[in-house]
Amino acid sequence: MPGRVLSTAGIEFRIALRNRWVAVGAAMMVLFSLVLSAAGAGASGLAADPLSVIVASLVSLAVYLVPLIALLISFDAVAGEAERGTLQLDLTYPLSRSELLMGKLLAQLAVVILAVLAGYAAAAAMAFGAGGADAAAGLGALWRLTWTSALLGAAFLSLGHAMSCVARRASGAAALVIGLWLVMIVLYDLGLLAAVMADNGGAFTTRVFPWALVLNPADAFRLFNLAASQAVDAASGLAGAANSIAIWKPLTSLLLWPVLAAALARLSFARVQP
Amino acid sequence: MTILALTDLTKRFGKQTALDAVSLDISPGERVALLGHNGAGKSTMMKLILGLLTPDGGTVQIAGHPPGSAVARSLTAYLPENAAFHPSLTGREMLRHYLRLRGQDPRGADALLEKVGLGDAGGRRIGGYSKGMRQRVGLAQALIGTPRLMVLDEPTTGLDPISRRDFYALLDELAERGAAILLSSHALSELEARTDRIVVLAQSRMVAQGTLADLRRAATLPLTVHLAARAGQGAALAQAFPEAQAEGDRLILACPQEDKLTVLERIAARRDLIADFDLSSPTLDDLYAQISGRENGRAA
Ligand SMILES: Nc1ncnc2c1ncn2[C@@H]1O[C@H](COP(=O)(O)OP(=O)(O)OP(=O)(O)O)[C@@H](O)[C@H]1O
Ligand SMILES: [Mg+2]
Repeated sequence: MPGRVLSTAGIEFRIALRNRWVAVGAAMMVLFSLVLSAAGAGASGLAADPLSVIVASLVSLAVYLVPLIALLISFDAVAGEAERGTLQLDLTYPLSRSELLMGKLLAQLAVVILAVLAGYAAAAAMAFGAGGADAAAGLGALWRLTWTSALLGAAFLSLGHAMSCVARRASGAAALVIGLWLVMIVLYDLGLLAAVMADNGGAFTTRVFPWALVLNPADAFRLFNLAASQAVDAASGLAGAANSIAIWKPLTSLLLWPVLAAALARLSFARVQP
Repeated sequence: MTILALTDLTKRFGKQTALDAVSLDISPGERVALLGHNGAGKSTMMKLILGLLTPDGGTVQIAGHPPGSAVARSLTAYLPENAAFHPSLTGREMLRHYLRLRGQDPRGADALLEKVGLGDAGGRRIGGYSKGMRQRVGLAQALIGTPRLMVLDEPTTGLDPISRRDFYALLDELAERGAAILLSSHALSELEARTDRIVVLAQSRMVAQGTLADLRRAATLPLTVHLAARAGQGAALAQAFPEAQAEGDRLILACPQEDKLTVLERIAARRDLIADFDLSSPTLDDLYAQISGRENGRAA
């Protein structure tokens, strides 16, 4: 079984490499990280070290980019193969549907992790360049950002696989993942903010809102990173919320999402008749 | 002993019946060709055998195992119609992957590529292959291991005549070693002497089954006689053979098998009117048209 999963992952990684997903993902992350670091370097009025300051702004970058990259890499996984006619062939091999999905997930997760590492390494280099040895104090926050980004990526990769199974056609899957990204990353937060404003400190703000934040993997990612580093995130507009929620809640959400999303992808895949 | 057994296999897509109560047994070493018009249900039947589709009625057994089970998968090789392997991968990478999936040594890829005549192209990306070359990658993966049952959906599309011959030689070799082969095709002429049995599907039902000789005997198709008149004798010839059809400056005459000699005598008797004549046996295409056409007529 590991041999078949690894072989599938190897093939998939090669495809990502040749389709330039690895290069494009890493370039996107590096570029945005450098721009953010340059912009954030001057505005560090806080006592924190330069790396921690940069990590705080990287969090609000990653919350948009990591899901986007993950969805763009994954939407073709099942629909593309079904269209090419290789899915029906793969499924006549001694390879289970779970193994096929797992192989693809592994390879695509490697691509996401490479992109994230490239971006964060560039930002760290900027921080050490600007702040010297002081920046070392922020390494813990950077490490936390890295592994939580991997979890966030894994969750959205599997969500992309689920969309790929539902759509059956690659073009339809592309539309679905863009819609999913807009809803989960952009509209969700906007909706919450609007509700909080309208509620004006009522029951929604105190009871529902914290859970609503924790339930969305992107918000959980943001909460966890900000709470753990005790930084203030001016960009997110959700400032203050981070302090009122116990840190285990977003962490549990971050750990559960990749598993639940993978299960969802597997269930959707079971309904695909090649 | 049978390697593949279908009993009353039925598949419906919504209201449309794609396969209607088909029963068929195939033994090891047997080469069976599946014929039928577009949409007759050939690919559907193959997908049911592979467990890619679930039947609405009837059963499939592969050496006694249900289709899609681990044992059935390990015994069966498949070539889908129109498989387009990922254009970014090379032929060798693709085959190494498929070898690993079957638990075989990936170093066997080069030997497989050699076998299907892709020895030199193995290192190039599949995106740059011609149609026939892509088809051969599909064939190569179907040869992995020693499959007991090979299910090949239109395996010779896109192959040039020489490659087709090589392909059938390869099949002979596999059948001799005990593999049962079920293949579909639209090219009847190439099936002569290449298959042990022919199964004809029409309108999702099995309408004929047997060796080519069996089918010919059952069909009783007439021979065709072409007559060319001597200069200026066209009208006279048409009078002498009133049942013939005119086509250009020639006459065409259908002649039942048992009347062969009578017709020849009539031709010999009117040699003063006839410049030349031709006698042709029914072709496989005629035979096929009759078998499936007869059934179409009945269904309509
Ligand atoms: N997934 C599907 N959904 C709905 N109908 C289908 C599906 N697959 C096949 N059919 C229908 O079933 C019938 C048989 O199709 P099938 O693909 O088996 O034909 P075929 O004999 O392989 O034809 P061809 O020679 O063109 O390959 C067709 O009428 C087709 O429209
Ligand atoms: Mg077909």
